[in-house]
Amino acid sequence: MNDMMSSPPLPAATTETQPMVRFSGVTKRYGDLTVLDNLDLDVAPQEKVAIIGPSGSGKTTVLRMLMTLERIDDGIIYVDGRPLTHMESNSGLVRANEKYLRSVRGDIGMVFQHFNLFPHMTVLRNCTEAPINVLGLPKAEAEERAVELLELVGLGDKLGEYPQRLSGGQKQRVAIARALAMRPKVMLFDEVTSALDPELVGEVLNAIRMLGKQFQLTMLMVTHQMGFAKEFADRVCFFYEGKIHEEGPPEQIFNAPERERTQQFLSAVLEAG
Amino acid sequence: MFWDWDYAFEVLPVLARASIVTIQATVLGFILALVLGLIFAIMRMSRNRAISGATTAVVEFIRSTPLLIQIFFIYFVLPEFGIVLDAFLAGTLALGIHYATYCSEVYRAGIEAIPRGQWEAATALNLSPATTFRDIIIPQAIPPVVPALGNYLVALFKETPLLSAIAVLELMQTAKILGSQNFRYIEPITLVGGFFLIFSLIASAANRYAERRLATIGKR
Repeated sequence: MNDMMSSPPLPAATTETQPMVRFSGVTKRYGDLTVLDNLDLDVAPQEKVAIIGPSGSGKTTVLRMLMTLERIDDGIIYVDGRPLTHMESNSGLVRANEKYLRSVRGDIGMVFQHFNLFPHMTVLRNCTEAPINVLGLPKAEAEERAVELLELVGLGDKLGEYPQRLSGGQKQRVAIARALAMRPKVMLFDEVTSALDPELVGEVLNAIRMLGKQFQLTMLMVTHQMGFAKEFADRVCFFYEGKIHEEGPPEQIFNAPERERTQQFLSAVLEAG
Repeated sequence: MFWDWDYAFEVLPVLARASIVTIQATVLGFILALVLGLIFAIMRMSRNRAISGATTAVVEFIRSTPLLIQIFFIYFVLPEFGIVLDAFLAGTLALGIHYATYCSEVYRAGIEAIPRGQWEAATALNLSPATTFRDIIIPQAIPPVVPALGNYLVALFKETPLLSAIAVLELMQTAKILGSQNFRYIEPITLVGGFFLIFSLIASAANRYAERRLATIGKR
């Protein structure tokens, strides 16, 4: 539990814009398999980063570690200047315990591929459960906030509905509103359109576009929607074998990828349509 | 005559009064089993190995030893340690604890059937473990296992005659006393059997009804 960190120390607070998210030497292994290998990645406040790559390249793991759903094996993750995976103690940085994680992961919200809505709760209750129980908002205030967000994603008329009665696109928009109701600084989107019928993809992407404009959010998205990544992201990271193989502005990655693996991946994906 | 109707009608009111004790033991014992079973189930899932290990050991021990011995133990042995319980309380406690171990397995199956995504969504929303269990996991885990719990209610009910071993004046003990007083056992014992049959059939029917209702709610 108390395995000590040998490196690296807290970054010095500077007047320069501090990254909202910083992965520093992060490694994740499943047994013998190294899923992420010594990953360094800084994401600036309000930056929108698209993560692309073949399956098994570790891209979803990046988000899951940032959401503290998976423990990291090495390195450290900072969010808004604070260590996320570790906490300070008398003897330096030690692995974060559950209590510490609860105090820091509120900065992060996540939307999942399979929605993970609470099926026994109405749409409204899905969006008020955490604000009431975690942030301690009074019910009326939590509902006001939830209704506002649900209207924003075009679901103002579905408040009393149960998730089973919604289409995939509607479910995913509820999931987005539910995450936003916690007022995170960082939003993670894990292949949020992959489980949707093609004709429902657009409404979800529109919702993401809209909240990108409306809120001051830092966003990381794992996506197979290359068109959306190209138009929406500030930066694209191509993951290959647990590392960032190539990264850059979308125009560069999509129009003039420099590395062979990136070219192969993109031509394969674009061919598949 | 092999069957004496007059005698049967004479003992019926006495047995009817005794049946109240049987039903009390069943209801109280089952409430204890439901509550304690849930506590066992949650403790077995604890990330603290000491807690989960100790709970597993206790549950397995209780499940693997006869209820009758546990009844005797609580009633005759605990007083050696200064814990004196009257027969009804001791018997009901034993029933409740014994069936709590069965119920805990049922709850555990229900909890394990909850998709991992529900836990992950709860973590992503930063819900505390207590809130996650109370609002997310338990409400989804229990409805599918209500029929299984109902079966244990019927099973517990049918085991209440064991309380006659420590002289609780429930149905069986009363029938035995009536039989020994009048030297006729066939009527009181048969009536007791009939009583259990009728109540078990009613409870099973109610259980099947609940099962169907839950299935339709599940499709909401």
